[in-house]
Amino acid sequence: MSHVLSLLVEDKPGLLTRVAGLFARRGFNIESLAVGHSEIPGLSRITVVVDVEDLPLEQVTKQLNKLINVIKIVELDPEQSVQREHLLIKVKADNTSRSQILEAVNLFRAKVVDVSTDALVIEVTGDSAKTQALLRVLEPFGIREIAQSGLLAIGRGAKSITERVPKS
Amino acid sequence: MSATPAPSPAPTRSSTPELLTGAQAVVRTLELLGVTDVFGLPGGAILPVYDPLMDTDKIRHILVRHEQGAGHAAEGYASSSNKVGVAIATSGPGATNLVTAIADAYMDSVPIVAITGQVFSTLMGTDAFQEADIVGITMPITKHSILVKTADEIPSALAAAYHIASTGRPGPVLVDITKDAQQNTAPFVWPPKVDLPGYRPVTKAHGKQIQTAAQMLAEAKRPVLYVGGGIIRSRASEELLALAEAAGAPVVTTLMARGAFPDSNPLNLGMPGMHGTVPAVLALQDSDLLVSLGARFDDRVTGKASLFAPGAKVVHVDIDPAEIGKIRMADVPIVGDLKDVLVDLLAAFREVAPAVPAGSRRYAAWWKRLDELQAEFPLGYTKTTDGLLSPQHVIQRIGELTGPEGVYAAGVGQHQMWAAQFIKYERPNSWLNSGGAGTMGYSVPAAMGAKVAEPDRVVWAIDGDGCFQMTNQELATCVINNIPIKVAVINNSSLGMVRQWQTLFYGGRYSNTSLNTGHGSIRVPDFVKLADAYGALGIRVTEESEVDAAIQLALETNDRPVVIDFVVSADAMVWPMVPQGVSNSYVQYARDHSPTWDDDAAETGRSDDTLVSELAAEIEDEAELRSQAELTLDPQNDSTGRDSKGAQR
Repeated sequence: MSHVLSLLVEDKPGLLTRVAGLFARRGFNIESLAVGHSEIPGLSRITVVVDVEDLPLEQVTKQLNKLINVIKIVELDPEQSVQREHLLIKVKADNTSRSQILEAVNLFRAKVVDVSTDALVIEVTGDSAKTQALLRVLEPFGIREIAQSGLLAIGRGAKSITERVPKS
Repeated sequence: MSATPAPSPAPTRSSTPELLTGAQAVVRTLELLGVTDVFGLPGGAILPVYDPLMDTDKIRHILVRHEQGAGHAAEGYASSSNKVGVAIATSGPGATNLVTAIADAYMDSVPIVAITGQVFSTLMGTDAFQEADIVGITMPITKHSILVKTADEIPSALAAAYHIASTGRPGPVLVDITKDAQQNTAPFVWPPKVDLPGYRPVTKAHGKQIQTAAQMLAEAKRPVLYVGGGIIRSRASEELLALAEAAGAPVVTTLMARGAFPDSNPLNLGMPGMHGTVPAVLALQDSDLLVSLGARFDDRVTGKASLFAPGAKVVHVDIDPAEIGKIRMADVPIVGDLKDVLVDLLAAFREVAPAVPAGSRRYAAWWKRLDELQAEFPLGYTKTTDGLLSPQHVIQRIGELTGPEGVYAAGVGQHQMWAAQFIKYERPNSWLNSGGAGTMGYSVPAAMGAKVAEPDRVVWAIDGDGCFQMTNQELATCVINNIPIKVAVINNSSLGMVRQWQTLFYGGRYSNTSLNTGHGSIRVPDFVKLADAYGALGIRVTEESEVDAAIQLALETNDRPVVIDFVVSADAMVWPMVPQGVSNSYVQYARDHSPTWDDDAAETGRSDDTLVSELAAEIEDEAELRSQAELTLDPQNDSTGRDSKGAQR
């Protein structure tokens, strides 16, 4: 079963190696990973999707917590959080297919970000179900290339996972 | 472990801090942290640090002959004294030579700080001469590691390393310092700012959990205090003794916990696990409540974990939350420092436990059974029949003639198990060994480190002929630095534990286990001549009548190290034994017609066979266990069958 973990970490060299290495050596599989700055200088936020049962998940979080540079770990419940992934898709497009592709893009509230004579680059943001559905629709036109971000997630409501984190 | 040695008084902070090179800052910081002894070996990338090291009179640097020796010496120093051990090495191969010792310290939670030189920061990543990514290499085997590229970071990095190594669950921390960081100057500010927002070890446990645990201990019929090395790291032996005696509950001490609870105390059933005593193993199996204190349900203790202590509820106390529930679900998880938890637990127990009427004892029916087991299956051994020394006798006499104030550091293998079994430990930090990693070669350098930390104690290295050949170069270090350790080489001329497994599981086919150091061999090397070459006193003992005199001579010789070559029988085996991968109910008191072993191993009959007791009757569903045993013991199917405690490589 997939779990979405949000890690607040110190932005130190080798941090990603520590986190990824821990997953690898304890035998846990990372499905998706996204890293970026948090709103606090010096702290980064990692969103990681891991496919484990509940008990191993407890081991994962406990082991991650032992890393000195990991400050906080929160599991984000899909019901209580917003989860998005971001895709750039390059599709073959000629004069006959372009309008059909644009129709699909509009239906999915995606965006065309690059146009050339024989291809379009489409940007789409959404949960996994939406992005997968768009891919299925675009498939028949000929997908040349996909670049996909890791899942990003944030809790709903006013609370922040950086609350009570010392801002030094 | 919560307490750390108090750092030396800090110099008053003047308005203009002194300007020091990074190398001077390393030495000054170590001095201010209270470090008095370090083990190391210089090289290009750490040269700057070695220059001011020559001028300090607060730190004794002991020049080892191999960096692995520095690492294990730092471990022995720490394990014997609860202080932080420090090892120094240069970049590249110097650093990688520390890796085994760092991994060993990680597995056994030993507080050490490893300081390594690194190539110039401008050369990093270019495959420079003697460059190795030691931070990357040691990431999986350190509690933490820090790469320092500027001089001004040095005090805070070393102070953080020292703090992390010695607090919470102790462990090794590596500080890798580039050569330019050592050469450049920076203002030296003390105390440095140590900012570790992600490191907050829990020491005080949850009161409600303690209440529940006390209630369960009061209500249990067959409790066992399952004591691990955490008691020693937490310095909680006195608190453990108080709780055990107040409850009157039986205690088992794991390999890492030998000495945490006195062997002379009648509550102590001995060591559990693969080579544990029958009463300790079966007490755990039949228990209805395990109170795990700083132990981690290692596979060498539990046997097949799903069949371990099947009827027991578990109270699991550990300072590392990740240990709780890792192998065995805990009914009552308690995260905290044992030294505090045990005080709270005792107080809570006194409130809920009914007083025991005079003349009777708590858990009386349980003790009746345990007493029977102890009477029926005492720890023992049979004499060898080939006329050669019994290794168990030698080790037992070393313990008896030296006494509980000594320190005993073992290598890994048969001699380690015998030293754990046949020496009686009365105090914590008297037994040092490589428990988790099983590092052959640990003994001599660890004993050296222990002797430096505890110069007034007799320190024995109980070693094997295989282990001794891995690290005996440190005898030179001992002789030159006047560190008079005593080495007992239990010389059975083979990699004994591997050979034992070959006897039991590989039909007596002794593939690559003969070392030709002992009886009837060409003796390469001759350990007495080797000792002599190093300037140590070498003694060879082949007859039982010579054993005591040799040990006495060793005890009286304190002007140089002593090496005693005890030429023992290669046929002696470690008993009791639980075969790997089966239920601990399957413990064998001595070698026997086990349903799975007798067919292919019967031809090597020896006197052990006479001491026979099959305890399969303990097993409710024997047939099922047999089939599991057969599956596991078939070498073809046993992917881990070559992984004995004695087999490092």
